[in-house]
Amino acid sequence: MIYLDNAATTLHKPQQVIDAVVHAMQSMGNCSRGTHEGALDAARTVYGARANIAKLFGCERADNVVFTQNSTEALNIAISGIIEAGDHVVSTDLEHNSVLRPLYKLEAERGIRLSFVPADKRGNIDYNEFESLMQPDTRAIVCTHASNLTGNILDIKRIAETAHKHGAIIIVDASQTAGCYPIDMRRMGIDVLCFTGHKGLMGPQGTGGMCIAEGIEIKPFKVGGSGVHSYSKTQPSEYPARLEAGTLNGHGLAGLSAAVGFILETGVEAIHNKESMLMRRFYEGVKDIEGVSVYGDFSCDRAAIVALNISGYDSGAAADELSQAYGIATRPGAHCAPRMHNALGTSDIGAVRFSFSWFNTEQETDMAIYAVREMAR
Amino acid sequence: MREKKLWLIITFHTTTAAMAMEKLCAESSLEGRLIPVPREITAGCGMSWRAPVECRAKLVQAAEQAGIAIDGVYEIVI
Repeated sequence: MIYLDNAATTLHKPQQVIDAVVHAMQSMGNCSRGTHEGALDAARTVYGARANIAKLFGCERADNVVFTQNSTEALNIAISGIIEAGDHVVSTDLEHNSVLRPLYKLEAERGIRLSFVPADKRGNIDYNEFESLMQPDTRAIVCTHASNLTGNILDIKRIAETAHKHGAIIIVDASQTAGCYPIDMRRMGIDVLCFTGHKGLMGPQGTGGMCIAEGIEIKPFKVGGSGVHSYSKTQPSEYPARLEAGTLNGHGLAGLSAAVGFILETGVEAIHNKESMLMRRFYEGVKDIEGVSVYGDFSCDRAAIVALNISGYDSGAAADELSQAYGIATRPGAHCAPRMHNALGTSDIGAVRFSFSWFNTEQETDMAIYAVREMAR
Repeated sequence: MREKKLWLIITFHTTTAAMAMEKLCAESSLEGRLIPVPREITAGCGMSWRAPVECRAKLVQAAEQAGIAIDGVYEIVI
């Protein structure tokens, strides 16, 4: 199988990730539950994962790295723990349902007000729109770093400046960029960075989390066992215990820590450059084929995603043929990004998404170009 | 039964700080190890750093220099 569905999850993981998970399953007790050697092994592993994540994303304190199941859970915790009844929130048309649905839920339940920066047919936004949508009671801008459909990247530093100028904070969904595009929370002015472990970070599924800037208060989404302050009726107020009730996915986090170690060693820039090279090779190979429509803006730096449609094919049928006839794995359909499809004009047919990872090759990319060309005939 | 003696106990607000203390002490060849917080102390996270009492100044200073937030420093017989 030629696996080009890395925006959904990376299938090929570094060997040290697999080794770390296996080792953890043979040695780890429960983190933060006692000090016997098994518990300490788990605590050391989880601490190592926090330190690695903090280093990768420029988070000031390892304590402010909170682990969750994935970025959807992190976004739910951040959005519901920060946005209060009557607040106003600005978001964009590029968002995944992991941002949209938590916001719509609070719109229905807490009466928050939402404004969206519109995207054009190439999936681009006008940054001046953020300025015009800000209101005195705007609590936050919640936006993606890169569209999971087009791969277009947003200038987070610029958006953060607008948010802070108006006394708001910025919550960023880094699902498509964490691990494969440089992120520095401090330099970019990010208040809450939500990430998943199983995509660009190349860790196990069931890992993810958020990095929280100093001074940002998030109310707990769940409460329960923390291993500390057991006689208190309330959840500990310190991060990360404040947001991490219950046993963590320690085995998964051992893998995530190893994955981040691999990324720090390899270099995010090197990973981004290789993925970009493959993505652009594919784009150049398919963009002029008659009957092929490619979506998004390829004139600037972007995530390693190419979404397209082939004339005469529903996106689901095209992905099925790619899989059955050529052994190429892609993702068809709506990609949980309804507003983005509306902007692109592809709500009815969806799109076939090709997404590249560190482990893909030029040969695989050329095979995908060949398959698209054949199918478009 | 193990004989009780006077120990220095350092507690932390978070497990992360306790783990940072362990790493720091290993790297700096400072004495001590992590133990469950003795029941005489109700503060802090579930782990504490136990060391000989004469290490007090050196350990507290090292933690402060490394930016590790200490919850409390105790000398108790355990």
